[in-house]
Amino acid sequence: MNAERVIEISSLNKSFGDFKALKNVDLDVSLGERIVICGPSGSGKSTLIRCVNGLEHYDSGSITVDGIALSAPRGVERVRAEVGMVFQQFNLFPHLSVIENLTLGPMKARGLSRKDAEALAMTYLERVRIPEQALKRPRDLSGGQQQRVAIARSLCMKPKIMLFDEPTSALDPEMISEVLDVMVELAQEGMTMLVVTHEMGFARKVADRMVFMDGGEIVETGTPSTVFEAPKSQRFKTFLDKILQH
Amino acid sequence: MTRSIKLWALLGALLFVAGCSGTGNWGWYVIDPSTPQGQSNVRFLIGGFWATIQLSLIAAALSMTIGLLVALPGMSTNRWIRLPSRIYIEFVRAIPLLPMLFWVFYGLPVVMRSMGMPITIDAFWGAIITLAISDSAFTAEIYRSGIQSIPKGQTEAARTVGLTYNQTMRYVVLPQAIRRILPPLANQFIYIVKMSAFASVIGMQELTRRANELVVTEYRPLEIYTLLILEYLVLVLIISFFVRWLERKMGSDESR
Repeated sequence: MNAERVIEISSLNKSFGDFKALKNVDLDVSLGERIVICGPSGSGKSTLIRCVNGLEHYDSGSITVDGIALSAPRGVERVRAEVGMVFQQFNLFPHLSVIENLTLGPMKARGLSRKDAEALAMTYLERVRIPEQALKRPRDLSGGQQQRVAIARSLCMKPKIMLFDEPTSALDPEMISEVLDVMVELAQEGMTMLVVTHEMGFARKVADRMVFMDGGEIVETGTPSTVFEAPKSQRFKTFLDKILQH
Repeated sequence: MTRSIKLWALLGALLFVAGCSGTGNWGWYVIDPSTPQGQSNVRFLIGGFWATIQLSLIAAALSMTIGLLVALPGMSTNRWIRLPSRIYIEFVRAIPLLPMLFWVFYGLPVVMRSMGMPITIDAFWGAIITLAISDSAFTAEIYRSGIQSIPKGQTEAARTVGLTYNQTMRYVVLPQAIRRILPPLANQFIYIVKMSAFASVIGMQELTRRANELVVTEYRPLEIYTLLILEYLVLVLIISFFVRWLERKMGSDESR
């Protein structure tokens, strides 16, 4: 792939007290690339993607997103304008209706009129296939529907890159596929995606590159077909055995 | 609940019977509206309502504003921004209301004059400044607990859709926090109403001051102070009903 690099992470270090969450992590992502990050809990995978849009501060190293260094003046704000994020716990705004959840960012951060913002919101609600829920409160929706609203909310800001932090881990099993389907469509449209997930079926289907992390380090990377067939490191092998058992 | 109402009714009836039995120890005539004297006395006492209400409302509004302005920097991750807010809260919270009232009313004008700003502080504003500042330390802590009870994910989601810190507070965090802090804020407001009685000692003509003045001329403290307590009771009950209504309207029952 010979595309432009949209994310450059180099020698990133981060500690929580004595615990080293990230150790010299390097990762480059090209425009349109889909990367799936996996690893045992505490391996630093969530911390890594949370560093990309400045939700987590890092101790040393550098992150550049779409040519903007996070450390530059107003770097975090400018990077966040390019990067959408979907959380494990959805984090919808419970006091607002579904459509108000979607229009808040466009109206307040982008200055769109209510009419334009609502039109934009409806197109994305249709894309995640729940336009009929627009006037409901998040708590009246199922988990899968809530997560799709969260995806639509991010897309309303027209991001160049989407980060997914274990988007299906808080869902009941029967709702996982409706969220993954939306993510697959997004991938097929060419969105640059960094996805932390244990859904290996999804990884096989859409990932250009798998990244396996353990103990704050990137242990192994490669295309899904190569890493699944022949993982090089013992740690990755053990991890795959555990999650693919059932 | 119904038991306590019965108890109060009984107590009230006893007082009334004792008062009317004419054994000499009671003198409800001073506030008996059926006599011209009693009527003018009651009118004089009730005339303090407006001052007490004004005092409480303005002080509470100021306290809630100052409280928020103190609470927000108090939650910063930067300890140097956090520090002044902590100092303010710890300091103000430690000053008893009455000494602070004396200091503001008698001392503050002297301080201001020596700084080249000759101002006069009348009893009304002296009481408001004191009540507002003294209460703001408590409202600040109420805001803090309310805001910190909102999950961090809400702020993170708001920031990732491009909202600034101020917008995040205004549109996402505070609307959720306000429902949770309404009950303790109402408590504080009731507290202010009751503490406004202290304004009487610097000459503010509110409910308590008027009762005191009438006692001095009529020598009937029991009857007059009983009415005074009932006046505060009525005021506080009205506030309680209003707050209940507000809670229902704002959906403080969101957890259901």
